Amino acid sequence: MISSNKVILEAKNISKYFGTITALENVNLSVREGECLGVVGDNGAGKTTLMKVLSGLYKPSKGELYFNGNKEVLESPRDSQNLGLEMVYQDLALAGNLPIGENIFLGREPTKNLGFFKMLDYKKIKEMSEAHLEKLKIHVKSADQKVEELSGGQRQAIAIARATAFNSKLVIMDEPTAALAIKEVGKVLDLINGLKKIGVSVIIISHRMDDIFAVCDRVTALFQGTNFAESELSKTSRDEVIGWIMGKK
Amino acid sequence: MDNKEVKKDSLFLKAIPYFDKYGILILLLIMIIALHIMQPEVFLSWRNITNVFKQISWQSMLALGVFIVIVTAGIDLSVGSIMMLSLMVLAITSKAGAAWYIVILIPIVIGALCGMVNGFGITVLRMPHPFIMTLGTLYIFRGTGNLISGGVPISGFTEEVRLLGNGRIDLTWLGLEKSQYLPASVILIAVVFFLMWVFLNHTRTGKWIYAIGGNPNAARAAGINVNKILVIVYSLCGLLAGFGALILAGRTDSGYPNAGLNAELDAIAACIIGGASFFGGRGTVLGVFAGVMIMGLLRNGLNLMDVSSFWQQVLIGTIIVLAVYIDVLRKDLGTRK
Repeated sequence: MISSNKVILEAKNISKYFGTITALENVNLSVREGECLGVVGDNGAGKTTLMKVLSGLYKPSKGELYFNGNKEVLESPRDSQNLGLEMVYQDLALAGNLPIGENIFLGREPTKNLGFFKMLDYKKIKEMSEAHLEKLKIHVKSADQKVEELSGGQRQAIAIARATAFNSKLVIMDEPTAALAIKEVGKVLDLINGLKKIGVSVIIISHRMDDIFAVCDRVTALFQGTNFAESELSKTSRDEVIGWIMGKK
Repeated sequence: MDNKEVKKDSLFLKAIPYFDKYGILILLLIMIIALHIMQPEVFLSWRNITNVFKQISWQSMLALGVFIVIVTAGIDLSVGSIMMLSLMVLAITSKAGAAWYIVILIPIVIGALCGMVNGFGITVLRMPHPFIMTLGTLYIFRGTGNLISGGVPISGFTEEVRLLGNGRIDLTWLGLEKSQYLPASVILIAVVFFLMWVFLNHTRTGKWIYAIGGNPNAARAAGINVNKILVIVYSLCGLLAGFGALILAGRTDSGYPNAGLNAELDAIAACIIGGASFFGGRGTVLGVFAGVMIMGLLRNGLNLMDVSSFWQQVLIGTIIVLAVYIDVLRKDLGTRK
């Protein structure tokens, strides 16, 4: 597809230990601009731990992270956000009692000054979120609709919209289709393809081969905390990838 | 024919959010009309209505404080005790002869500090639920209040200290009679409720308070310092209880050991009647005001009709259950399951 050769994120020799438990051992990973990388592996293979290292939630015990070729040390998810990396969590991390727009801008709300006070700029929140949803072709009745009134697929779309609202370069998605009805899976996958078109890279963790083969350009498998296999999607098959998950080459 | 029905249906659906927001005011209005019909001479008289406002003045402060805590899906059982401790410290400083502006400032500061203790207990000591921390401080604060005062009432404050709770704003310049004054506490209620409405609905911190109540994980993922916001919320709750103490000091001219006993339950009841959800993230300042008013008017109306206070308890309990049941029904209509 249209991924360039510019590497925007590279993880080198990442190890992560929790006490005596080795979660990751010398793992390497890289993502190019506009590329979608699928990360597969059995439960406990270290996928989620690796993503938490990339997003700054965990500090690696060993190894380095490079964003756009520069070595970076992440102290918190805020640091990775500032570098253009956003994470879409499996439990979606949306506040159901708030409208769509306020969820998209939660924690980064635009304000206007009223004398000495900073007041929320509701008009701007609505306009900016509607423009952003339009750009991603996400259709909802209104940005004022509360998130709890949305279907699972729509919520996933809002979570992705939230992750991409601030010019992020790379979005990590943890099982983005796991909780969705079948007819909604397609919409979310379309959305991921849409992100790639506007130059956003995606890392997707998924158990569903259908998802991996619908959107990814490359797939990498972890097995017991180590790199096990990696291939361009066009040069592998479902059966082979399923084999990697089980630890067979 | 068909078309008409569709129209009617959509009108009904369009009305739901308004009913959601202002339904509680309709209930309040019905109550006022009913009480007026039952007590046509007395109930809507200037004297009686100002009395109701004076009676609910300090309770409304506690209710508003508990409300913002409930919005975060927390609970504060200690507000009654915070008010009592603040009142006792106020009484002691007043007796010690401190200047009036210090005496006025004291309950506010003590209240905020007590609230901060709750906030730190919940966040830093990582108490499993705010219920436990504030149940503990319910005893601690009241005990402390009794320790420092010796468990006896301390009476007699200066005019300035009593102004907020007892002050009268003369309205004779409007052509009204001398007895038709405005209690100062009405102004205070209006100002504090308005400021709280602005804070909760038009500032980032206020929005984050609702977000924490809706989904604390979402708030954390959005980079919001949840613990910091919680400390602010509990401190504000304590600060409002301190305001309550100041009003009560003005009304009663005395610090007494039983001040605010069980007041936390009334405050929680007012929030629940006003539509705040125990699961957090839901409820409005207007709702709390209506909740406080409903409880105040009910007590007042039943007193006017000479109904025993035991019946008042039964009725208030019934209203709590009914109000929440209506909320349950409304949610069935409005939300996806």
